[in-house]
Amino acid sequence: MPGQKSWKEWLLLGAILLLLLFAAPATLSEFRLNLLGKFLALAILALGIDLIWGYTGMLSLGHGVFFGLGGYCMAMYLKLQVGTAGTYQTDLPDFMTWNGLTQLPWFWKPMYHFWAAMLCAILVPALCATLLGFLTFRSRVQGVYFAIITQALALVASLLLIGQQPYTGGTNGITDYRTLLGFDLADNAVQKGIYVATVVVLALCYLFCRWIVRSRLGKVLGAIRDAENRLRFLGYDPVGFKVFVFAVSAALAGLAGALFVPQVGIISPSNVGIVPSIEMVIWVAVGGRGTLSGAVLGTLLVNGAKSAFSEEFPAFWLYFLGSLFVGVVLLFPDGAVGLLRAARKLAARLRAPAAPEPELREAEQETLR
Amino acid sequence: MTPTTFLVGQLFNGLSVSSILLLMALGLAITFGLMGVINMAHGELMMLGSYTAYVLQNLFVRQFGEQNFGGYFLVALPMSFVVAGLMGLLLERALIRHLYGRPLETLLATWGVSLILQQAMRQVFGANNVDVRSPNWLTGRWQPSAGLEFPHLRLFIIVFTALAIAGMYALLFRTNIGLKIRAVTQNRDMSACLGVPTAKVDAYTFSLGSGLAGVAGCILSLMGSVGPTTGQNYIVDAFMVVVLGGVGKLAGAIAGSFGIGECNTLFESFSTATMGKVIVFTLVILFLQWKPSGLFPSKSRSLD
Amino acid sequence: MLTTERLNVYYGESHILRNVSINVPERTVVCLMGRNGAGKTTLLKSLMGLLPARAGRVTLSGQDITRWAPYERARRGMAYVPQGREIIAQLTVQENLILGLATRSARTREIPDRVFQLFPVLKTMLKRRGGDLSGGQQQQLAIARALLAEPKLLILDAPTEGIQPSIIDEIEDVIARIKEQRTMSVLLVEQYLEFAWRLADRYYIMDKGAIVAQGTTDELSQEVAQKHLAV
Repeated sequence: MPGQKSWKEWLLLGAILLLLLFAAPATLSEFRLNLLGKFLALAILALGIDLIWGYTGMLSLGHGVFFGLGGYCMAMYLKLQVGTAGTYQTDLPDFMTWNGLTQLPWFWKPMYHFWAAMLCAILVPALCATLLGFLTFRSRVQGVYFAIITQALALVASLLLIGQQPYTGGTNGITDYRTLLGFDLADNAVQKGIYVATVVVLALCYLFCRWIVRSRLGKVLGAIRDAENRLRFLGYDPVGFKVFVFAVSAALAGLAGALFVPQVGIISPSNVGIVPSIEMVIWVAVGGRGTLSGAVLGTLLVNGAKSAFSEEFPAFWLYFLGSLFVGVVLLFPDGAVGLLRAARKLAARLRAPAAPEPELREAEQETLR
Repeated sequence: MTPTTFLVGQLFNGLSVSSILLLMALGLAITFGLMGVINMAHGELMMLGSYTAYVLQNLFVRQFGEQNFGGYFLVALPMSFVVAGLMGLLLERALIRHLYGRPLETLLATWGVSLILQQAMRQVFGANNVDVRSPNWLTGRWQPSAGLEFPHLRLFIIVFTALAIAGMYALLFRTNIGLKIRAVTQNRDMSACLGVPTAKVDAYTFSLGSGLAGVAGCILSLMGSVGPTTGQNYIVDAFMVVVLGGVGKLAGAIAGSFGIGECNTLFESFSTATMGKVIVFTLVILFLQWKPSGLFPSKSRSLD
Repeated sequence: MLTTERLNVYYGESHILRNVSINVPERTVVCLMGRNGAGKTTLLKSLMGLLPARAGRVTLSGQDITRWAPYERARRGMAYVPQGREIIAQLTVQENLILGLATRSARTREIPDRVFQLFPVLKTMLKRRGGDLSGGQQQQLAIARALLAEPKLLILDAPTEGIQPSIIDEIEDVIARIKEQRTMSVLLVEQYLEFAWRLADRYYIMDKGAIVAQGTTDELSQEVAQKHLAV
């Protein structure tokens, strides 16, 4: 594990933050800034996945569900804000009206208020994760089985969302928002503001995750990843830790969803199911699992590539993505951050004179005799 | 409709659904249950089988005309086994054998393969679903009495699945190659020391599981239209069956598919197909609370 | 017949075997001894190809087999009875034995009777699961399984460990018979000094991954044993 970050690395992080906060909005087009804002929101999600997979060794293939829960909460708030200004000029969201509903369902009611929606976006996924985590970890379901169960969760969640069209908007999802806290979402200045908020939240989440992994809790998580049974023998009960990390990662995912939705303008079951959930994992893998900066970097790289491909060669995107999955497993398991580290090591070795290794061996042998 | 006919009808439906699930899960029971390899491309291997049937169907229609094309199916069954089996062999040699003992990595890598295969099928056959028509002797139904209807196709699937299971048991428990497969999947190092060529056996086993997936796909193509992404719909079901049944034993897959199949049918008749799936999923999670290793756990001394 | 030349084996970055050179001549019983952790099991595993050698050579009947896979070595006449027996637990006794025939011919399922003459108890439990046998019975099964391959070299890792004395006697008888009939070489890792004295023609003693003493068993004096094996 690399040591504490030196002041050089803090400087680098600070520089990046300043770039994101000031240079980007000034230089990028509105379209590209919006894209960057979306990616940064997704990076928060990636931090959560990295916490639970890179640091604790549990592969979750269902984080789309938590992301979606947060996103849907925010979307519900935004949709309700439209009010009578909508197509049907009723208080209800349009899809409810054309599905014949006359009353707002109970779980929509809290979403009239921004802070309630925000709170739900973070807490509802965390609670779901706590429940699911408690049930599965307690019966020592781990590794592959955990992955399969989370994948089934993703499938079931997306099916539910699609099936219950009157309540959730069905396959179309929830879209067509106008205002957020009174601000017009179509206004570029407002989008810039959301972008800045995303950057700040990402920075805070990054620091929060950093605090967790450097604490004693972080060490326990590493032990769970590498040798869970031994941890048990030492008297620790890993279940509580695992549930906690799972809940935190879910909360981060929900938060990411809430920030994502106002910038994208739509949330639908296609953000929730099996396919998007496993794609999220590849962001972290490509960047470098087990390193926080890797999670953010990977998100930007893969999503950036996806946008680029969709513009130029849409047919090849899936081939590329598929190869990424294979490549990250076979060729570069430590991701981009790992490659950077290896490059740095190589550079250092080329610079320094040859290390006195053979002499050490002889000395070793002497002490043995 | 009398209560008996209702009950018989329900049982038949459940049996039919279970046999379909079992057919899909059989190949997975070999690759995942026996070898411990998570193959996310299992659904796409099934699709390879479906598309093989499609191609052969078109060929026969062109050769023998619309009336006599039914024979294609008898060729399609073994061909889909071969095509999917060969793809499985390629997968194993090129990718999987580097990842033994690392199931999560295998999961991710095979997911990548599934994306590539999906896109390839999309490019060759188009993104839309294609229809594979049943041969004449499989359309139609048997009506022993009023209110009871057994479609020929579903009867065929039940019988075929039963034969496939019997065949698997015979292969694994009565032949030398089956013995070697079981030995290698249970204790690779010791089998190697006994002179069993483990690399070859791995390749055979994986190809066998893949070939079975292809056959499942071939039969499934008769049940509805198939497309590049259809495989993904089945993969979660197949995995649920194996996980519920207990990894490592064929009997587990059988029990798992019956459990899920019957429950699915039962709940479907009370509500929608979606809710049925949701309830089944919840029940599986709760069941795993009680018995984490599934219905038929294989006892092992190791701690994981 | 089987030789290693300056064999070096690592577990990750731990250097376990250091320049190990041994020779097992034909039709000889060689005993390998040493304290716990000396590297004896590691050496045996490397001989079978279960662990890769980072440096050095392994030759069998003059052929360099250093890079050969375990099953290729088994086919060339090396049979291995590891520590812990490694009976394939879910298979029956009969199936375990049939596996032993894998190197002889791929088709046969008939177990020759001579195996049951050596270990009669196995005949009574042919249909029993391997994992259900007692330790001593498993050891007998493991040895029987190895002998079925008609090997040129039988490698035994601590065959008497954790076994009741009556079965230890039976095992000793089997090895003594092999020695008498001079049908194969035996490389035996043993902690019981008397066992080694009675059976072995030659000995090697290992310590901290290197060979520290060797010779014929006549030369194995109390002194040497005391020096390298006592705690």
